[in-house]
Formats: sequence, structure tokens, C-alpha cells
Amino acid sequence: MIEYAWLIPVFPLVGMTINGIFGIKYIKDKAHWVAVPALGLSWLFSILVFIDVLNGKTALIELFDWIITPDINVKVAFWIDQLTAVMLMVVTTLSFWIHVYSIGYMGHDPGYPRYFTYLNMFVFFMLILVLGSSYLLLFVGWEGVGLCSYLLIGYWYERESAWKAGMKAFITNRVGDYGFILGMFTLWYYLGTLNFNEVFAKAHTLSPEIVTIATLLLFAGATGKSAQIPLYVWLPDAMEGPTPVSALIHAATMVTAGVYMVARSNVLYSMAPLSLEVVAIIGCLTAFFAATIGTSQFDLKRVLAYSTVSQLGYMFFGCGVGAYASGIFHLMTHAFFKGLLFLSSGSVMHAMSDVLDMRLMGSLKKYMPITSFTFIIGGLALAGIPPFAGFWSKDEILHHAFTSGHITLWFLGTLTAGITAYYTFRAVFMTFFGRGRIPKVIKEHLHESPPVMTIPLIVLSIGAIFAGFVGLKKGETTYFGEFLAPVIHVVHHANEGHAKAIPESMLIALSVAVGLTGIFIAYIVHMKKLIDPNEWVKRLWFLHRVFYRKYWVDELYFALFIDRTLDLAFFSWKFDQWIIDGVVNGAAWISRAFAWITRYCTEPFIVDGAVNGASYVVDLSARVLRRVQTGLVSNYMLFVVAGTVCLLTVFMFIRLF
Amino acid sequence: MELQFGSNTLGFPILSFVTFFPLVGAVILLFVPRDKTNFIKWFSFFWALILFAVSLVLWFKFDRGTWQFQFVERVPWIDKLGVEYYMGIDGISILLVLLTTFVMPVCVLCSYEYITEREKEYYIALLALAVGMIGAFCALDMFLFYVFWEVMLVPMYFIIGIWGGPRKLYAAIKFFLYTFFGSVFMLICIIAMYFMYHAKTGEWSFNYVKWLAYLNDIPMKYQFWLFLGFFLAFAIKVPLWPFHTWLPDAHVEAPTAGSVILAAILLKLGTYAFLRFPIPFFPEASKFFAPFIAILSIIAIIYGALCALAQEDMKKLVAYSSVSHMGLVMLAMFMFNPTGIMGSIIQMVNHGLSTGALFLIVGILYERRHTRLIREYSGISKVMPGFAVIFMFAMLSSIGLPGLNGFIGEFTCLAGVFKANWLYALFAATGTILGAGYMLWLYQRTMFGVIAIEENWYLPDMKLREWVYMIPFVIFFIWIGVYPKPFFKIMEASVNHLVEYVNMRTSSVNVSMDSSKMNAALSFLTDGKEVKR
Repeated sequence: MIEYAWLIPVFPLVGMTINGIFGIKYIKDKAHWVAVPALGLSWLFSILVFIDVLNGKTALIELFDWIITPDINVKVAFWIDQLTAVMLMVVTTLSFWIHVYSIGYMGHDPGYPRYFTYLNMFVFFMLILVLGSSYLLLFVGWEGVGLCSYLLIGYWYERESAWKAGMKAFITNRVGDYGFILGMFTLWYYLGTLNFNEVFAKAHTLSPEIVTIATLLLFAGATGKSAQIPLYVWLPDAMEGPTPVSALIHAATMVTAGVYMVARSNVLYSMAPLSLEVVAIIGCLTAFFAATIGTSQFDLKRVLAYSTVSQLGYMFFGCGVGAYASGIFHLMTHAFFKGLLFLSSGSVMHAMSDVLDMRLMGSLKKYMPITSFTFIIGGLALAGIPPFAGFWSKDEILHHAFTSGHITLWFLGTLTAGITAYYTFRAVFMTFFGRGRIPKVIKEHLHESPPVMTIPLIVLSIGAIFAGFVGLKKGETTYFGEFLAPVIHVVHHANEGHAKAIPESMLIALSVAVGLTGIFIAYIVHMKKLIDPNEWVKRLWFLHRVFYRKYWVDELYFALFIDRTLDLAFFSWKFDQWIIDGVVNGAAWISRAFAWITRYCTEPFIVDGAVNGASYVVDLSARVLRRVQTGLVSNYMLFVVAGTVCLLTVFMFIRLF
Repeated sequence: MELQFGSNTLGFPILSFVTFFPLVGAVILLFVPRDKTNFIKWFSFFWALILFAVSLVLWFKFDRGTWQFQFVERVPWIDKLGVEYYMGIDGISILLVLLTTFVMPVCVLCSYEYITEREKEYYIALLALAVGMIGAFCALDMFLFYVFWEVMLVPMYFIIGIWGGPRKLYAAIKFFLYTFFGSVFMLICIIAMYFMYHAKTGEWSFNYVKWLAYLNDIPMKYQFWLFLGFFLAFAIKVPLWPFHTWLPDAHVEAPTAGSVILAAILLKLGTYAFLRFPIPFFPEASKFFAPFIAILSIIAIIYGALCALAQEDMKKLVAYSSVSHMGLVMLAMFMFNPTGIMGSIIQMVNHGLSTGALFLIVGILYERRHTRLIREYSGISKVMPGFAVIFMFAMLSSIGLPGLNGFIGEFTCLAGVFKANWLYALFAATGTILGAGYMLWLYQRTMFGVIAIEENWYLPDMKLREWVYMIPFVIFFIWIGVYPKPFFKIMEASVNHLVEYVNMRTSSVNVSMDSSKMNAALSFLTDGKEVKR
């Protein structure tokens, strides 16, 4: 089956083409009959490929030559190994169910076929990203998903906030891609290839400095795509897109591309301890930083968005401490539970007529039993409560952080786990429990979503419950880790002694306790109202304000970069108009003045004298230029050309005879 | 030494046919009564279409395995002066010839409604323009090249000056005089080399291959000045910063077809000519000047993009984006490695296609609303969804999205640049960020948002005629983006040969910015007459 893996991206490509060309005119509200089966086939093939890989097969499928110059040799080729197989499963499973969900969620939208075109296109590029056998092909998918993200964030393009968010996402990603492309060039320059196999095989020939530079540059790309400090700013705004898009692109798949890329390049990263350290620190800081912002937001989707940024931080944190398999493991579990949370919140939105402010919710459990149930499952997984999926992966990352000697980062990570549990259940309690604060107009329409939406929710919650079990211990490693072992180059840390000092069970107990504490605090504050949150907001007004305004990073970036670039642009333009063009026009003016002088002052004398070539030219230009004012130059232009040819001939004849 | 003039295996003077076929059409049009506008339009269109069809023979019959000139025609023309009628193409020029013949029918088709007065003259000028452009790409005799090079200016001058916008005369004259000003320096250099060739061989000739073979030891101090002469002519044409200011004016005032030709073909003549003449003629000087040109190119990339960001007029925006893109073409070319040069040629084609398409797009909007100001449009994708898709393709191609043609060119160019000097690449690659900035911003300001101006509610979507000329562009965007191999393959032998030749010539000479070379070059100022003998 594995040799047919190239068909996996072909299905969405076909779906996208059909809907793209015939959608608006002919298919209209039946677009899902094209898009969803296409994804179903992809899913099916992915499962078959996955089974093959489970049986130990890997494959390199070369399709055709792409960029071929004397120095560059990049083929369109797919590389399927364990890591790809995991990603394939994550991408196609989530995509399929989110496509199904979209039938319900996007029904009645006027742009229905357009939506499914974009969504298919996204899956196509995402599959190219994970299947690509070289950095360049990965980059194709990488930019392609960025485009789809742009299109889908700005899907409701009449809303200013939507298209602004789309553009912000694209440009921010481009800044990261700038690093990525330079990283690719660095690898190519020193290794002469961009194919994964060859790069990893030849990597040992690189000097440590070069590996460090290359990996840091690639990581710059990852900070853009996966919304890490300093380029995370686009992701919260990306919530302007339809909710299934947020679930698929901005939680489950696209934003994890950076993690995939780092895990894919683990051979390189493991050679560059400094880069790994940077990855770990950035990841951990982002996790903490975004979680703090999450505690203060009132928009349900924004809470989830910051939570995504934070969880992506965990994944990088995992990779950064050398636990690539754990990073990918968290990527997988996160795809399920965060996808689930987003879809559930979409279901809430659907019922609440697009209201997202949690201050206007509460007691929704009564009205939407299935949605609230699935949301709580997702929440428990996110909060890291056993036996839900998130617990296993998050714990593995924290455990590896501890054993690799990153005690400070481990502490920050554990603290973040507590904050995560707090804000998750803050959202749960504010939305589904307590006293209803729902406006009357909305209350009348409150309803559970149709089965086409709730069934995907149930499927994903099964994933959110059970996906973690692949992380069960198997000897030294885990089942999941063992599966990925052929792809992952294991890093041995110098100071692994800590592992012995505190047994793993203690760490697990500690992180569970932290998680439960977070939930408990949320329970007291937002459920029992034993502590008035408003009072605490007043007391910690400064902190709250900092969190609520997101540390003013957006404002800072605008002031530092966007506005300055625009100033520079405006300045350049004025410079162009007045200085550079000024010189040109000035020169023209001078020759015009000169021509005038020649015409009326000197010509009468020269005409009497011998006519020489020079004056002929001057005279000609005088006539031409004088005509500028009258506007009848056309005839004279022919003269210029004829004159030149004559001149040329004359010069030559002078030399010849 | 045996000279490689190339051969013609076809047994048919196809280059002359392709070059002068439009001229025949123009002459026929002369005899058509001016009130038969419909006939004139369709005749020009089919004539240009036949031209394109015939030129496809070049693509199919081109021998990919050799760097030598093909489809060669070589007959004496002006015997006394040693002028030959010598035409031929190689891997460097074939794509540009095909680009020209491809653009011609499009340009005819997009003028149907834009041009409402003096149609007959307009289509004659358009066809005459094709003669100059194709001829300049094919000419291998310096005299012949110069003639085509100048002939081209005249119809373009008319197209801007007669059918242009409100400031058409200013723009047309600026275009003409500026370009002409540069050409004069090239002319002087050609004449100088003509005499040098005679001094060396005792024969009078303008033959490109002969010059290349016998004028291969021009001392650096002469090369310095000769290169500068050619540089000025071609840099204005490209246009390289700071010689670019004629371009936005010419673009803004020219009718749509004029802008398309200007962007797609005329600018390419500048870069093509660099590759054809100064680089192989004066490899030492080219390498000597490469750092300067690189710096100018990098300025062009960043500065052009910044200027584009500040524009309020769509055409001006696209014009400045041309400055930025052509900067990359120049930069990659002057890195003297095969990847860079292949990238720069493919980027010439890509820029021709994507910028050509963007000008057509602006034209489509202009024909409907008679304004090009960005603020006059918003939310257009609601009323023109088909147009929005085409615009999206062109925009994405222009910003180099992988999977479309722009990326192939941008990536290979930057790779070539990186290979030669990573620092240049570091700066040049910022163009990709800024490029995304101005293009996306343009797109969203015009296509997204709500329709604010009442009139825009009634804009009709693309017509059949417009679809017909836009779809081929989209096909090329995808083709070159997904399967560029045929395009690389066709130029490979010639580019490799060129790079080998340049490296062979310069390997013995240490070309760097040392002061003694500079002094030697400048000493020419004092004993100037030496150059003639």
C-alpha cells in the first residue's frame, strides 16, 4: 500500500480543483459531496499506509524532477517513515472529521463552495508538507498552508478585522520564512543538497557553528509558523476565521508544522546544543507567557488560541530538551483535544449566534449536553488530568526536561501546567456552569448542534481520552517512542543524574497535583464565587492589565516595525519623486535651456559658419526639445533615429575613406 | 581558430519569418480602411496568434544539447561596412523570444475596448513594436542589434504618446530621451569596438561571434570604459536604481498593452543584453563592476519594494514592484554562477508573466471605473469573484508562492546569490517580506472589505475576452511553478557555456577592487585617443 502513498494528497487536490472551477456556478451547496469524500479517501489511504509503516516499511516515492540546475537537484518526492506516518494520521483524521463538522457549521454560508475549496487546498498543502522528502518541498507545503491560512482567516473578507488578521498572519509568517529560506540556503551551500536523506547523512561533515546557524535560522521559520515568541502575535488574531478552520489549521495541524520540522531535523538539532537550548527556552517561555495571557481573556476562542500558543510552546520545549518523540506525542494528543475544544466552542458559537464573550454565557450545560460534555473532556485533557491524552504527553515532556537537567525550565513548565488547568476550567465554569448570563434574544434559540456536528465531537473526544495510551511505558521508553525510534536521534545529556534523585512517580504526582490545584482555584473563583474575581482584578490591576492587553506586544511591534517601515516607504517614495527624478528633470531642464540659447543666440552665427556634426546634434536636440512645449514631437522622433543611423554611417565612412 | 557561427538545421529562415511577420501584418493594415475597426482588431489578433503558433516551432525544434546559436541566418548586408544580417538564438534568448510572441496576441486582445480612437495606427504600432523586440533578441550583428534596439523605441513612443493618459507627452518623451540617452553611449562603445576589431584583424565587421573570438584580450583599462558605456544603456532599460524614474511615469501613462509590453519585454531587453554583450565581451570588467552592480541591485530590491508600499496608484505600485524584481534579476546575473544566471533568466520570464498579468488586471479594473487609485476600490471580490481569483493568482505569482512560477525564479536567483555571497542574499531576501507586504496590502485594499463606493456595486465580472487572455497566464504560472524542468533544460547548455567562458577568461586575472586597476582604468582619461587603434 505504501507505494500508493502519493495518492493521499492527490484526492484533496482533485477535490479542490473541482470545487474551485465548478463550485460557485454549478456545485454550490453540494460542495461537501466533493470535498468530504476526497478527504475520506485520503484518510483511508493514510490508515493503510500507517499499517504498512507499523509493519516496518518505509518508502521514498519519486514523482518527477522539480528544480534542476547544475547545483540544485530537487525532485518532487515523498518520504514516508514513522514520523511521516504519525503526521499523516493526525492530519487526515482531524481533517476528515473537521470537514464533516463543517457541513453543519458552514451550512447556509454564501461562500460554501469557496470554503471547501480552501479547506481541501489546505489539506493538500499540509500533506505535501509532511510527505515532502526535502526541505524545499516541505517549504512548498509550509508556504502553501500559510496561504490557505491567510485565505481562511480572511474568509469573511467584508469584515475588516478578518482581512487584517489574515494579512498579519501572512506577513508575520513571511518574516519567519525569511529565516527559514536562509537556513535552507546555508544547508544547501555546505552540503549541496536539500533532500532529508542526504542532509542527515552528510550532516556530520558540517562544523558545529554552521549547524547552529542553520538550525537557528530554520527555527526562526518555526517561530513564525508555530506561533512562538517573538512571532506568535498572529495566532490569536487568526481566530477571526471560521471555527472549524481554527480547529484544523490554527490548533491541530498547520501550527504544529514547526514542531514537525524540528523533529524531522533532529539529527541537525542534536548536533547543535545551543540551538536546542534556544528551542527549549523559547518554547518554555512561550508556554508560560501565553498561558498568563489566557487567564485574563473573555473571548472563548481567544482563550483557546493563547492556550494553543502555550501548548505549542510545550512541544518545542520537549524537542528542545531532546525529547523529540515526546514533542511529537504532544503534537498528536494536542491535535485531538485542542481540535475538540475548538469544535466544541464552535458548537457553542453556533448556538449562541456567534457570541463568544464568556461573560454572556453560563449554564450552557443545560442546553447543550453533548457539547458541554465533550468540551469538558477536552478541558481535562488540556489540564493534564490522568488518564486523558494531554496528561501523558505533557508529563513526558516535563519528565524529560527534569531528567535532562533543565530544572528552571521544568519548574516554569510545571507552573504553566497549573495556570493551564486554571484558565481551562475558568472557561469551562464560565461557559457551561453557574448562573446563566445569556441575553434573552439568544436564549430563545439555544439548541444542541445537529448530529453532523456532534458526531465529530464524539469521535474526537474518544481520541482525547485514549490517544494518550500509546505513551504507556514500555521498558526504558514508551510504545510511541519506540515506534518513532528509527527517525529520532537520541540525545544523551551530561547531567542525567537528576533522574535518579527524584523518582518519576513523584514528578507525575506533583504535576497532577498542580493541575488539580489549578482546577480547584478555578472552581472556587468562578464556580463557587468564594473569591470575587473582580476584587482580585482590582487588587492586581497592574498584572491583570498587562495580561489583558497581552503585554502590549502588538502595539510595540506596530510602533517598532510596521509604522517605521511605512514611514520609510513614504520617505523613499518622496525621495524618488523629488531627488532622483528631480535630477532627471533637472537635467532635462538644463538641456532645454541650453537648447533655447543655441536656437536663438548662437545658431545664427553657426549657420553662417561650417556646419559640423556637433552643432547638428545640438540643433536637432534643440528642435526636439523645443517641441516639448508644443506637444508635436512625434515627427521629430523619427528624425532622431534617422539621425543616429546617419551619424553612425557618417562616422564609419569617415574612417573608411 | 574555427568560429562557431551556429547553424540552421531547419532549412527555413524561421527567425526572419518570426521577426518580420508582424511587419507584413502592419503593412497589410495600412491598406485597410480605418473605419473597419472590427476587422482591424481581429486581423491583428489572428496575425499575432499565428505569429505565436509559428514561434512554437522554435520551442519544439530547439536542440537542448548545444550552446551554439541555432536557426542561424547569415548573409552580408552592407558589404562596405562589414554589416551582416546575422540572426540566431541560443538558450539565453529563446525563452524571451517566445515570451514576446506569447505576449503579442494578449496585448492585441486587451486593447479592444481600451483603445477607442485611431485604432488602425495603434495596431500598426503594436505590430511594428514586435518587429523591434523580436529582432533585438535574435540579432547577432551589433549593427543589426542597434538598429532593432532603436527601432523599438519609436512605436513604443507613439503608443505612450498618443494613446496614453493625461501626462502622456511628458512620460513618452522622458521614456524616449532617457533610453536614447543611454543608447548613445552604447553606440559609441560599439563604434569603438568596431575599430578595435579592425585594428586587430584588418577586417571590418560587426559580427558578434567574431568580436567575441578576436576581441578577447581588450586591456582592462579599455574594458572599464566600454563596459560602462554598455552598462549605462542597459541599466536604464532594466531599469536599475537609480536610473528607474522613467519607468513609473511610462507605466502610469501607457495604455494597458503598452504597460504589459514594457514590463514583460522591454525591461527584459536590458537584462538580456547584459547577458549577451557586456558580460562575455568584458568578463574582467564585469567581475570588477559586479560588487557595484550588486549594491545597486540590492538597493533596487529594497527601495523599489518600499516605494511600492507607499503608492496610491495601482499601476505605479506594480511599476515599482518591477524595479524591485528586476533588481533581483540583475543581482543573480552578476554572481556569475550557473544557478544564479539560470535563475535570473527564468525570473525574467516569470516577471514578464506575473507583472504582465498584473498590468492586465489593473487594466481590467481601469476599463470599468476609469481610475487606478486604490482608495476608489474596496470589496471588489464580492461583485467580481472570477476576477478576484485571477488577481489572486497573479499576486501570488508575483510574491513567489511555492507552486507558482515566481518561487522558482526567486529561489534559484537567491540560491545563486547565496552561493556567491551570503551577505547579498541576506539583504536581497528581505524583498520577499516586503513583496508580500505591498502585494497583499494592495489585494486586500481593493478586493476585500465592504464596497464603499456606490458605483462599484455595478461592476461586471470578467468577460469572455478577458478570460481568454488571462487563463494562459494562469496556466504558465502553474506550469513553471510545478514543472519548470523544460525551462531550465532549454537554457542549461548556453548558460553553462557562458559561465565557463567567463570563468575561463577571468581565472588568470585576479579581479578585485584594487586601486592600481582603478588607476589604470582612469588613466585612460588622459590618453583618450588610444582606444581607436
